[in-house]
Amino acid sequence: MVMVTSAITEARVRELLQNVKDPEVPAISVLELGVVRAVEVKNDSVLVTITPTYTGCPAMDVMKQDIEKELHDAGIADVRVQQVLSPAWTTDWITTEGKAKLKAYGIAPPEHTADIRALKGELPVVECPHCGSKNTGMISLFGSTACKALWKCNACLEPFDQFKCL
Amino acid sequence: MSQQEALFTYCLRQADDLLILSHRLSEWCGHGPVLEEDIALTNRALDHIGEARNLLTYAGQVEGKGRTEDDLAFLRAERQFVNTKLVEQPNGDYAFTIARSFLFDAYHLPLAEALTKSSDAQLAAIAGKAVKEAQYHLRHSSDWLKRFGDGTEESHRRAQAALDGLWTFTGELFVQDDLHQGLVKAGVAPDLIAIKASFDETVDNVLAEATLKRPVDGFMASGGRQGKHGENMGFILAEIQYLQRAYPGAKW
Ligand SMILES: [Zn+2]
Repeated sequence: MVMVTSAITEARVRELLQNVKDPEVPAISVLELGVVRAVEVKNDSVLVTITPTYTGCPAMDVMKQDIEKELHDAGIADVRVQQVLSPAWTTDWITTEGKAKLKAYGIAPPEHTADIRALKGELPVVECPHCGSKNTGMISLFGSTACKALWKCNACLEPFDQFKCL
Repeated sequence: MSQQEALFTYCLRQADDLLILSHRLSEWCGHGPVLEEDIALTNRALDHIGEARNLLTYAGQVEGKGRTEDDLAFLRAERQFVNTKLVEQPNGDYAFTIARSFLFDAYHLPLAEALTKSSDAQLAAIAGKAVKEAQYHLRHSSDWLKRFGDGTEESHRRAQAALDGLWTFTGELFVQDDLHQGLVKAGVAPDLIAIKASFDETVDNVLAEATLKRPVDGFMASGGRQGKHGENMGFILAEIQYLQRAYPGAKW
C-alpha cells in the first residue's frame, strides 16, 4: 500500500474544494459560488468555514457532506466544516469565472448588488444565456431553487433561470 | 424574568411566526393556482423555515438546557407557542393567502432591517440573512395584491374581503409588553413604533396602487404571544408534530 503523506496545505485543500460542486448548480464549485469563507490548516486538521446562500437552502447540508467526503477521499482524516451566518452571503461573491460558467450552463448570472434598491422598482436587464438577446422578461421571482428566478427570452422564446441578485 | 429568559422568549416569538406561516404556505405545495406560484410559495416557505431554524437553534443555546431546534419545534405544547394569530389563519383562497403574507411581509422586512443593528450579535447575523430574502417576499406579495385589487371585479372583491378579514390580526404584531420593552432598552429588540410606521407606509402605498381600501382599526385580536391560540393551532401542530410524538426520536 502506498500512502502519500505530503503535508496538507491550504492551497492543496482549495485545489480539492474546486472539485466540490454546488449540488443544485453542478456547473460551479463551492469556491466559485463564494460560500467558502475560510480554510484553516493546523498540523493535520482542516477547518473549512462556509456560509449559506439562502437561509433555508437545503443544499448547504449536502455541500458540507461533499466537502468532508472530498477531503477524506484525499487522505485528510481530520476535517471539520462549520457554518457562519455573518457576513451574509451575497451574489457578489460568485467569482467572475463562476459567473461565466453559470452562463455557459444556461443560467443568467446575477447583477451586481450595488443596485439592489432597484429590486423594489425596476427589473435588471438580463441577457438570455441561450441567444444573448436583451429582450427578456421575468415570469416569476421564484424559480426552480431558492436562488433563482424564472425568465423568458422574447427573441428565441426559450425560458431560462436567472441567478437572483442577493 | 431574567434577560436570558426574555431573549429566549423573544427568539421563540419570531421563530414561531415564521414556522407556522411556513407551514401554512407549504400546504399550497401541489395546489398552487399556477405552477410559478406553487413554486413561489414553497420557496417562501423554505426561506421562512430556514430563518425559524436559525432562531430556534439560537433559542435553545440561550436557554442553555440542551434543547435543539427540533425539540423546540416538535415537542412544545400549543400553549408554549408564541406566534401571532395572523400566521395561523387558514389559507382560504389565493387572495387571502397573499394578503396574509403581505401583512406579515410589511412587518417582517422593517423588523429584519432593524434587527441587523441589534446589540445581540447572533440575532443581527440571522436578520442579516433574512433581510435580503424579505425584500423578495414583500415584492412578491405586493405585486399580487396590486394585480388582484386592480384586476377584475371578482379579484378586487376577494382581495378586499381578505384584508378586511385579516386586519384584526395585525394589532398583535406591534404590542410591546414588558418583556419587549426590556429588550428595547438593552438594544436587543427594535422599538415596534418605528416598525409600525414602516408597516403603515408600505400598506398605504401598496393598497393605494391596488385600489384597495385600508380597513379601519377596530377590535384587535390578541393572545397568540401569550400562547392562547385559535382553534386552528392544534390542527397545525398535530400535523407538524405527529411523527415525533408517535415515534419519539425518529430520524431519516
Ligand atoms: Zn434567447
